[in-house]
Amino acid sequence: MALTIKAVEDIALMARLKLKEEEKEDFARQLNLVLDYTNRLHELNTDNVEPLTHVLPVYNVFRDDVVCPSSPREEILSNGPLLEDGQYKVPKIM
Amino acid sequence: MELYELGLCDLQDKLNRDEASVQEIMESIFKRIHTVDDKVKAFITLDEENALKKAADLSHKDSRKGTIAGLPFALKDVFCTRGLRTTCASRMLENYVPIYDATAVSRLNAEQGILIGKTNMDEFAMGSSTELSAFFPTRNPWDLERVPGGSSGGCAAAVAAGEVPVALGSDTGGSIRQPAAFCGVVGFKPSYGRVSRWGVVAYTSSMDQAGVIARKVEDCALIMNIIAGRDPLDATSAEVKVPDYTSFLNPDIRGMKIAYPTECFQQGVDEEVKNLILAALKKYEELGAIIEEVSLSHGEYALPAYYIIGPAEASTNLACYDGVRFGLRVEADNILDMYCNSRTAGFGDEVKRRIMLGTHVLSSGYYENYYLKAMKVRRLIKNDFDQVFKNYDLIITPTTPTTAFKLGAELNDTLTLYGNDIFTVPVNMAGLPAISIPCGFSEGLPVGMQIIGQAFDEGRVLKAAYAFEQNTIHHKNKPSLGGEER
Repeated sequence: MALTIKAVEDIALMARLKLKEEEKEDFARQLNLVLDYTNRLHELNTDNVEPLTHVLPVYNVFRDDVVCPSSPREEILSNGPLLEDGQYKVPKIM
Repeated sequence: MELYELGLCDLQDKLNRDEASVQEIMESIFKRIHTVDDKVKAFITLDEENALKKAADLSHKDSRKGTIAGLPFALKDVFCTRGLRTTCASRMLENYVPIYDATAVSRLNAEQGILIGKTNMDEFAMGSSTELSAFFPTRNPWDLERVPGGSSGGCAAAVAAGEVPVALGSDTGGSIRQPAAFCGVVGFKPSYGRVSRWGVVAYTSSMDQAGVIARKVEDCALIMNIIAGRDPLDATSAEVKVPDYTSFLNPDIRGMKIAYPTECFQQGVDEEVKNLILAALKKYEELGAIIEEVSLSHGEYALPAYYIIGPAEASTNLACYDGVRFGLRVEADNILDMYCNSRTAGFGDEVKRRIMLGTHVLSSGYYENYYLKAMKVRRLIKNDFDQVFKNYDLIITPTTPTTAFKLGAELNDTLTLYGNDIFTVPVNMAGLPAISIPCGFSEGLPVGMQIIGQAFDEGRVLKAAYAFEQNTIHHKNKPSLGGEER
């Protein structure tokens, strides 16, 4: 089932992107092209195949709960585009 | 020979024998960059002032304790460097100055290597041509009308053009090996988990791996000795003993069992590329290796699976660019519009495409059909490799089906562009180490051969690559860019 323009608009919103009207059709076409191509995967029977998320045999990696030094607060904040009183400032949320 | 033409190990010898000084090396390197980089455009940022200062500090032998003391290296602009702009070739990070070094970088610094600059790439490492850099395309030193490959195209072009002997790149689906093949240099992607990913800006976390681009195999071994190994800051860095990789630089490969997959010699592979790989296999046979044909039947499904897994992980990794903590911000009067405006202005089209694709395949109702299916196919691909490695030491394929293509040629053809990665992507899916080395030329353009090994068996990959290099002359060819003093 091909993605419609409406579906592409919904995906863009979920991805926090804004598309211009003329871009929507292009993206729809390109996404459909790739999705069509991935349908080839259904040629394979994978009913009894365990998914492989990760090639290493590691699962949860824990370290001892010890306090370690981290980067200084001012340094971390220095990359913030907009600050106030040592905090990140964002537009009104509610 | 000029100093800029020498490899890392050769430069080290020069320093040890007092035949060159660290300053002379740096001067030669920067002179070369200033002569040819207007044409090649490999670098986004040069760190000349710091490099020259470090060179002065290391001018005396007594001050040089590290294993690469006084030797130059470059970094793909995906590696975070403290105090030095790290852009990922994106408008999003155009002015981003990290407050820490990637682990691989701090290890090179600890061994007193000298960073000379950050190289161009496809934006956020998504692409195969370096044309998708938000800033400018890099050109192939062998033919300036052609792409250097990607996404580590700046690294490969810089190394091929003699602008630096060695550079660190990253490889998710071929991003070190493919540009190395296109530019006629050596590109080494270690096993997944071998080199820390801490500070390497993430694209597809389950497949990303840092590695080396150099002109000689021995230089890859030298760098691997420094950057490989467990890092507590990267939970996926493996706790597997790191051998001395230089101990594998011995060309005796008698009795080594090498497989070549039938599938790599079928349709879509350039005739000349095929012939050169077959000639290389013959060379290995002459050197005493046992060569046999095998089948990797699920290989053709690696690309469609990668189109799902790559974008899926990318869409989550790139969610952190929200205009709040770092990166580009475009104001709006509510937070949703601020997020959307910032991301829309900051990302290029290919990045947006992959983010949207990933968002879609992970969304409710589609997950099983796409993402889960792709992960199951990923298992089948790994099983194929496991099966072959029960009986063989290494697998050889072409690195890419063709030589470097023209700039702009495939920009508008999403699927053809991705198709370049057909032999390299399966390797990342299975987390294996692989190298691309020069194996000849087709119509004046370099052709690369890929050697794949078992997980964490980097040593044998390097050994086979070294044996080929020592018994051939392909790597001795250099592109002519003008300005060479002969």
